[in-house]
Amino acid sequence: MEKRFMKGNEALAEAAVRAGMRFFAGYPITPQNEIPEYLSWRLPEVGGTFIQGESEIASINMVYGAASTGVRAMTSSSGPGISLKTEGISYLSAARLPALIVDVSRGGPGLGSIQPAQSDYLQATKALGHGGHRLIVFAPNSVQEIVDLTYGAFDYAERDRNPVMILIDGVLGAMMESVELPEMKEPSPKEQSSWSLGRWDGEARKAHIISPIYEAGLEGLNRSFGERTEGWKENDVKVEELYLDDAEYVITAYGIASRVCRQVIENMRKKGYKIGMIRPITLFPFPEKSFESLDNGKVKAIIDIEMAIPGQMAEDVRASVKGRIPVFEYGHSGGVLLDDFDVKNAVTDIIDKVEGEQ
Amino acid sequence: MTDLYQRPVSIFPSASSYCPGCLHATATKIIAEAIDELGQKDNTIFVLPVGCSTQGLVSWDLDIIGSAHGRAPAVATGIKRCRPDCMVLCYQGDGDLASIGLAEILSAANRGENITVIFANNSIFGMTGGQMAPTTLVGQKATTARDGRDPKNTGFPLKMCELIKEFEAPRFVARYSLRTPSGVKQAKAAIIKGMKNQLEGKGFSFIELLTNCPTTWHTDPLGSLDFMEKYTEKYFECKVFADREGRFWE
Repeated sequence: MEKRFMKGNEALAEAAVRAGMRFFAGYPITPQNEIPEYLSWRLPEVGGTFIQGESEIASINMVYGAASTGVRAMTSSSGPGISLKTEGISYLSAARLPALIVDVSRGGPGLGSIQPAQSDYLQATKALGHGGHRLIVFAPNSVQEIVDLTYGAFDYAERDRNPVMILIDGVLGAMMESVELPEMKEPSPKEQSSWSLGRWDGEARKAHIISPIYEAGLEGLNRSFGERTEGWKENDVKVEELYLDDAEYVITAYGIASRVCRQVIENMRKKGYKIGMIRPITLFPFPEKSFESLDNGKVKAIIDIEMAIPGQMAEDVRASVKGRIPVFEYGHSGGVLLDDFDVKNAVTDIIDKVEGEQ
Repeated sequence: MTDLYQRPVSIFPSASSYCPGCLHATATKIIAEAIDELGQKDNTIFVLPVGCSTQGLVSWDLDIIGSAHGRAPAVATGIKRCRPDCMVLCYQGDGDLASIGLAEILSAANRGENITVIFANNSIFGMTGGQMAPTTLVGQKATTARDGRDPKNTGFPLKMCELIKEFEAPRFVARYSLRTPSGVKQAKAAIIKGMKNQLEGKGFSFIELLTNCPTTWHTDPLGSLDFMEKYTEKYFECKVFADREGRFWE
């Protein structure tokens, strides 16, 4: 294992290269620019291809083409660019093509703000394009976890023949931490030759068709996607649970917000507050069971903390809790960061309110 | 005994799904013949657009990918960069290439992508029922231009070859009409040239084919050919716009 001190965006790019990613196309947008900048020199070193596309749309379609050859392909962007890419992401899903899509999110809607925010949750988990398809969405909260999840993402994408998303934010992208880098993998695109385009070594076979259009059989495809989603919920949920054994209050947060909350929880527990945490690592599939299994005789409230107003993950939290436990929200948005002082005050106010009502 | 003429092996032995009299069918055949003659059937990856020509999915017996509307040159770019050993072709209509896909075709041409783009221009959105295209002629009627195209509102028909020839990278840029047998022969020779440019690693080639749409032009097949002779070919000059030697960056 190689240890380095790296920025989140650059660590993500290096982890993708080490996972065997050999094609990247992207377009400049803050706060993800270090990813294409890094890959513009790094990919040629390992025999890969970097293209700065003429647009976000062209870039996702270059990835669509590259993925069709069995090469591990990736693009990255931020909210406004992801919006433009969603047509292509829908096509990737329909055509059953694996790829990695990275969103380093910023404030929205519109051009919004280049400052960090978590306002792309709904887009990432529910609306990456038309037609009702879903992606596994990973939300790491440290540079090490960015590396680990990026390194494994292509295995999910190829298993499902579906794109995978990694959602971070401008803080995690710019933040430097020490990381252990995994070893270089060299997957061959030939491993995907049962479906990919372009014959290898003159092999004799029938033509391969990769198509996003289904004149017939579309309902069957939709049904199989639905079954696949149920499988994800059963097998692929990643979640970190903390102090749930004695928790009377449960904070839920993902990504950078969960780092701030962790600090608050440790500090408040020292003062006797029984606070736990549920941190979704996969935003989709959402860790519904973690919320379903909370004891409503013991947990007095759930506090959803996000860098989004109103909270977006809060919708999935409420859907999982099914009204058994009150859910409160706190957050900032539009580029205003959370800090432990504000969060502690907000959590204390919520606890006082709940205790006062009892 | 030798066969002097036969169905190209790069086409499925099935009926064409194009309308009667549609020159897409002719284009489909000569492209397949060109692939056959260069021995590239098992080495071709074909990128299809959105429009009538998406029916290439059921016409060509080749590795094929369907792309989003207008994005074929970007998709082909991704494919060619990953499989430079394969021959990568795009077949696009004028609604696809000259309207929603303008950025992708111009950028791929300017980058000198080592691909071959065949552009079927029938001056109309055929698949969606005859709406005005960027290539619709002045005065030509369309479902979104009931009194005929009026340049005051919509500008003049877009000339793609004339745009693309201005870039330095493209190796071969030419326009042909499929109205006559001699035009078909010349077009096929040009398609072969564009494919050879790619196989020799020279760079981007662009071959525009003037075609028809009897269904949305509301003519019979022969009437559509008369229209092409009288109007289409008068506006869209058929000639070689650029024929450059060597690899584009050298």
